[in-house]
Amino acid sequence: MKTHSIRINNTTSNTTGWYISSWGAALLVALPVLSVFYLALFPEENIWRHLADTILPVYISTTLKLMFGVASLSVIIGVTTAWLVTMCQFPGKRFFEWALLLPFAVPAYVIAYIYTDILEFAGPVQGFLRDIFGWQSARDYWFPEIRSLSGAILMLTFVLYPYVYLMSRAAFLEQSMSLKDASRLMGCNPWQSFYRISLPIARPSIAVGLALVSMETLNDFGTVDYFAVQSMSAGIYDTWLNMGNLGGAAQIATMMMIFVVVLIALERIARAKQKQFHSTDRFKAIQAYPLNRVRSTLAFLACLLPILLGFIIPVGLLVSYSASHLDQFLSTDFLAHASHSFLLSGGAALLCLTLAVLLTYAKRLNPNRLGLTSAVRFSSLGYALPGAVLAIGVIIPLAAFDNRVDAFMRAQFNFSTGLLLSGTVFAVIFAYCVRFLAVATGAVDSSLNKVTPTMDMASRSLGMSPSKTLIKVHFPLIKGGLLTATLVVFVDCMKELPATLILRPFNYDTLATYVYQYASDEQLEQCALAALLIVLVGIIPVILLSKSITGTRTAH
Amino acid sequence: MLRKSLFALATLSTTLAFNPMAQAEEVNIYSYRQPFLIEPLLTAFTEQTGIKTNVVFAKKGLLERLEHEGRNSPADILLTSDIGPLFDATEKGLFAPLSSDIVNANVPAQFRDPEGRWVGLTSRARLIYASKDRVKDGEITSYEELADPKWKGRICTRSGKHTYNLSLIGSMIAHHGEEEAENWLGALKENLAQKPQGNDRAQVKAIKEGVCDLALGNSYYFGHMLTNDKEPEQKTWAESVNLVFPNQADRGAHMNISGAGITKHAPHAAAAQKLIEFLTEEESQKYYANSNFEFPVRPNTPRSELIEKYMGEFKGDSINLQEVSAQRSAAAKLVDKVGFDN
Repeated sequence: MKTHSIRINNTTSNTTGWYISSWGAALLVALPVLSVFYLALFPEENIWRHLADTILPVYISTTLKLMFGVASLSVIIGVTTAWLVTMCQFPGKRFFEWALLLPFAVPAYVIAYIYTDILEFAGPVQGFLRDIFGWQSARDYWFPEIRSLSGAILMLTFVLYPYVYLMSRAAFLEQSMSLKDASRLMGCNPWQSFYRISLPIARPSIAVGLALVSMETLNDFGTVDYFAVQSMSAGIYDTWLNMGNLGGAAQIATMMMIFVVVLIALERIARAKQKQFHSTDRFKAIQAYPLNRVRSTLAFLACLLPILLGFIIPVGLLVSYSASHLDQFLSTDFLAHASHSFLLSGGAALLCLTLAVLLTYAKRLNPNRLGLTSAVRFSSLGYALPGAVLAIGVIIPLAAFDNRVDAFMRAQFNFSTGLLLSGTVFAVIFAYCVRFLAVATGAVDSSLNKVTPTMDMASRSLGMSPSKTLIKVHFPLIKGGLLTATLVVFVDCMKELPATLILRPFNYDTLATYVYQYASDEQLEQCALAALLIVLVGIIPVILLSKSITGTRTAH
Repeated sequence: MLRKSLFALATLSTTLAFNPMAQAEEVNIYSYRQPFLIEPLLTAFTEQTGIKTNVVFAKKGLLERLEHEGRNSPADILLTSDIGPLFDATEKGLFAPLSSDIVNANVPAQFRDPEGRWVGLTSRARLIYASKDRVKDGEITSYEELADPKWKGRICTRSGKHTYNLSLIGSMIAHHGEEEAENWLGALKENLAQKPQGNDRAQVKAIKEGVCDLALGNSYYFGHMLTNDKEPEQKTWAESVNLVFPNQADRGAHMNISGAGITKHAPHAAAAQKLIEFLTEEESQKYYANSNFEFPVRPNTPRSELIEKYMGEFKGDSINLQEVSAQRSAAAKLVDKVGFDN
């Protein structure tokens, strides 16, 4: 889509500065991915043939089923609820607007542990059934196995649908009411107006949400590992840790990134088909459709269900577990864990936002210049790497840098600088950025794309530099998108586990690593309180986020 | 704005980062063992010697971190819960040989590297857990018999690629050769009651629940389940099974170790050696025995009373662990080949 190129001063040094620094940033972020490619191309022992002959087809088909399942369910839940709370008037709507985001704060591995506790043989549900029907052992009856592919699809959907909800709600809110009014005047009923106008306009945003859901699904490890689902990310760990073949693991990881490239391409295609801009009337208040009693009830239930499954039940159980372990909480160094989590996540969120703005705006300024779009896309690939593989990808360039500097300093000044970056919080923050930059760029890009290029042209022809245009014109317009980007990255970082474990400094625990120590040993009760706190901390940005999105419309 | 925030971030990270150049006497540990298992020992070590301990715990990736950090790595010790990473680190030349009379006196040769690059700290056997109700005494006596079709649909195990199972399969390859081991594994796969899943305890639970009759599991889990006051339900799992020490008539039960090695570029090599020596001494070995129900490697240290009561004397496979570890990657390929986890 070249139509929105900004033709003014396209080749001045102003835009060239943006061009060069964004290339630099993209390359930096791509380093870990390149390291993984390197590992894949030059393995110590090549077992690709063995993998392809035996287990790889299983990994691939399982992964495809998993992604398809999670994506379809997430779209159904996310888009339906977003439409209901944005465009319809029914009791509880104000509550649901933000509450639908709550499951986003629950880590997938936690929810998997909890539902297994509830639904397995020894859990309350099956115990109740056995009491009623007098069954004795597992051989007497059939019950759906929670630790299965379908179980994993459900668990991941419960906590990932908010991505789609978030993006589609933002899109519905930003839509011009006049378009919808026009459609109604043309004789569309509300459903037709949804299918013909709102949904197509929201499609780019939905696609962004869906791409995020799919990528999160691709690299989920906690759930698939616990449920013994043989997805590609489980295969990467198997190959690396159990076959001792990091090269083979990197090869599967590389293949997984091809999946992501396809996903991103699909998203771009979806987006490219649609390009519309609005300028004047976006802040006109939305006229919500009032619903009759039956429809209100249905809408109410449709919005309640995902919250119930993805938040109320798991968090309720965590609360009840925690109640019996309050003493442990008081004895741990909890504040330190929490402050570490905040520091890492906050640092990474700000850095990600900065990089995302740099990359997307540079792309906007230089739409036709060599390779920038590809570079930006390439920088998103880190999102597809499972945390532990990403950690290795981060260690390689950082350690190489540290050791080069050290060797140089030793040779020149007989002074050892040791490891400057490896094993510091910087390494962890860098890893977070590589991992979650895609989330931030996705959100910023889709907001920025909605600002008509005529704004840029007007501003630039009035003599403002690209930077000033960004700050004075774009920032106020895309404030909501920026906030979304920052907070989503923040919550994601709070939950991140594998990379944190491997890269952190000595004696350094975050809330997530603390929970993991116990949860990994199936002792969820022991750490329920800390898990609960991750969830609670995650809720704060979720609420702010929701307020700010609604605010983009009502505050003006 | 960009520059300012980057700068702020960089300052923040350097002030808060761990400083590897610190001078106080200390020892830095990359640990695959869970913190609650080693913390009391480390505290006791610090009290006794005044040497501070610093730990990074992760279940994976520490070996790679150590490898790439190279000569500047701050790590002195790699602590593992299994022979696998010890073997890999030795192969990659990441360990420095340790020659300590204390360690040599405390740890039998079978449980340490001939060149001193790794040291076993505890040992455990991989047992067959058998249902008290549904399996008669003496009905199963060896790993080989798990392949007997009479067990069809009656066996549970965790993933074939879990490190504990890989070592077991590796020992089958070491003893019987790859072809026979493959036939055995394929036949065992046919006997599974469900897709491999969960941890070792979950398999015993499955016996209690009637899902299967036999399961593979490490010896110390039995002690953990039987004494679990936090989740008393686990006691009923343990009470529903008999322990079978396999292959008592021939080579003995498959053994594995937890252990440690001192890194090649350890900045605090002397302190690291002190810590490893400390871990092989009577008090530490007793602690391992009583708190985690592992077998002490130190010959004169008694096992926990509970283990003594339920397990008595048994014959452990005395094959060198190096030989078993060398077959681990072949074992993993067999798991793929017979589709064990599918």
